[in-house]
Amino acid sequence: MKKLILTTAALALCSGFAMAETVRMGTEGAYPPYNFINDKGEVDGFERELGDTMCAKAGLTCEWVTNEWDSIIPNLLSGNYDTIIAGMSITDERKETIDFTQNYIPPAASSYMAMTADADLQGVVAAQVGTIQADYVAKSGATLLEFATLDDTVAAVKNGEADAVFADKDALAPFVTEGGEMVWAGADVPLGGGVGMGLRKSDTELKAKFDAVITEMKADGTLNTMITKWFGDEAATF
Amino acid sequence: MFASCADPSQLEGLSWLLCYLTSGKHMLFYGSFFVVLALMLITAPVALAFGFAGALAARSPVAPLRWLGKGYTAMVRGVPDIVFFLFVPVALDQGLEYLRHLWKCPPTGEPVWANGEFNVCAAAKLPLSTSPQIWHEAYGFTLAVVAFSIVFGAFAANVLFGAMNAVPRAQLETAEAYGMTPRQVSRRILIPQMWTYALPGLSNLWMILIKATPLLFLLGVEDIVYWARELGSTKSQIYAYPHPDWRVWYFLGLLCFYLAMTRVSEVVLGRLTTRLSRGQATMAGEAQRKLAGEAGA
Repeated sequence: MKKLILTTAALALCSGFAMAETVRMGTEGAYPPYNFINDKGEVDGFERELGDTMCAKAGLTCEWVTNEWDSIIPNLLSGNYDTIIAGMSITDERKETIDFTQNYIPPAASSYMAMTADADLQGVVAAQVGTIQADYVAKSGATLLEFATLDDTVAAVKNGEADAVFADKDALAPFVTEGGEMVWAGADVPLGGGVGMGLRKSDTELKAKFDAVITEMKADGTLNTMITKWFGDEAATF
Repeated sequence: MFASCADPSQLEGLSWLLCYLTSGKHMLFYGSFFVVLALMLITAPVALAFGFAGALAARSPVAPLRWLGKGYTAMVRGVPDIVFFLFVPVALDQGLEYLRHLWKCPPTGEPVWANGEFNVCAAAKLPLSTSPQIWHEAYGFTLAVVAFSIVFGAFAANVLFGAMNAVPRAQLETAEAYGMTPRQVSRRILIPQMWTYALPGLSNLWMILIKATPLLFLLGVEDIVYWARELGSTKSQIYAYPHPDWRVWYFLGLLCFYLAMTRVSEVVLGRLTTRLSRGQATMAGEAQRKLAGEAGA
């Protein structure tokens, strides 16, 4: 009898562990509205809400971790956290080192922002290091000026170091709509295969779990509601 | 923090600023000052211990120990700090996890390092994925302390090595003439006397340590520079307290902090120098003796 109780207890414990699998979610925390640190000092934004919803649906316990954008892929590979959920566009180049879930934001426009609408887009253009936008600028023939954070790229335009900044339109939008001094320059550029969650290639099980939840959320419309909530009514949805 | 701060959009002027400066994020910022102070106060003695061991090893009559001491100082002093700060924590972390992997994980036959990934089983992770965030931060902080200590220990070892050689030979000879063993000579004469020669070099190292603390940020510890940058950057309407780029003010605050730290250190180190020079066969010690003599006469 005693043995039986012990066994059941052990079993219950084990299944308890299995249910409470902790997934560490790696994000940047400096890319509003995708992800940012709110005034309470917590990770907030579209990806926080999405991540928490996905974890709840998949029955996972999620813990949020912030990491510099620069080293976000190496630290995933060395196991400091289990996912990258940081507005990362799905590209072939990144797919060589990590795996992505299906996209949870459809391919979105990237835009140039400058002090005047007729800024020289072939001149000096600022972009965040290691982004698809930086790649694009380098190939466009303009002089690429790279910075560690989005904020630094915008500051570079303001102080005249760069002629324009090139980034995700959604991330730049507040600087145009609220700041007043910056304007859009040139036409929007569709870039990348949408934003997905990055995972280690060996983590196929976790990838399948998140993929299933994203499929479910795409089907029942909750994902679209969330996108509209954070990115506005004009944002592209599924 | 205050009840009146519940709706920041309704606040203006001073009350807005008061609420802004007491937001949860600012509390983390203020807390990070203690993290930096803790790093300095923990690293200094640990680095000194590393340096002491290194200096003693470098002077050892046993050849392998001497090579170890000399090799340690030469290697760390020769490699750029930043390379060390990036390498030591990663190597230490993966090394420890690898050892735990051998001990705790059931053998799967899969390599730990493969395709650029470092994969150990969940039980071997340090700290465990399930442990609260605070342990992850404490672990990261500890790795940072070790990295700082190894680097600064090497410099301290060289300073102490030089200081030990600077103690007048006559002092040691006298001790030997009294029949003390080499060990006793070291403990009773050499080490107490070397501090006065070591202090200028060590105080330099302390100053450099103060200024090197922003490197914590490289190691993933959220220090004052991280928070100053984060808090100062442009805040759009999505935040409770929107404001333009205020980084310059935050960095000015940091400037004051670092200047205050170095000033306090200078005063303390100045007093320590006076204290250690007392009764020493150095110019400073001699000057003190004369001054005391005049006062007595």
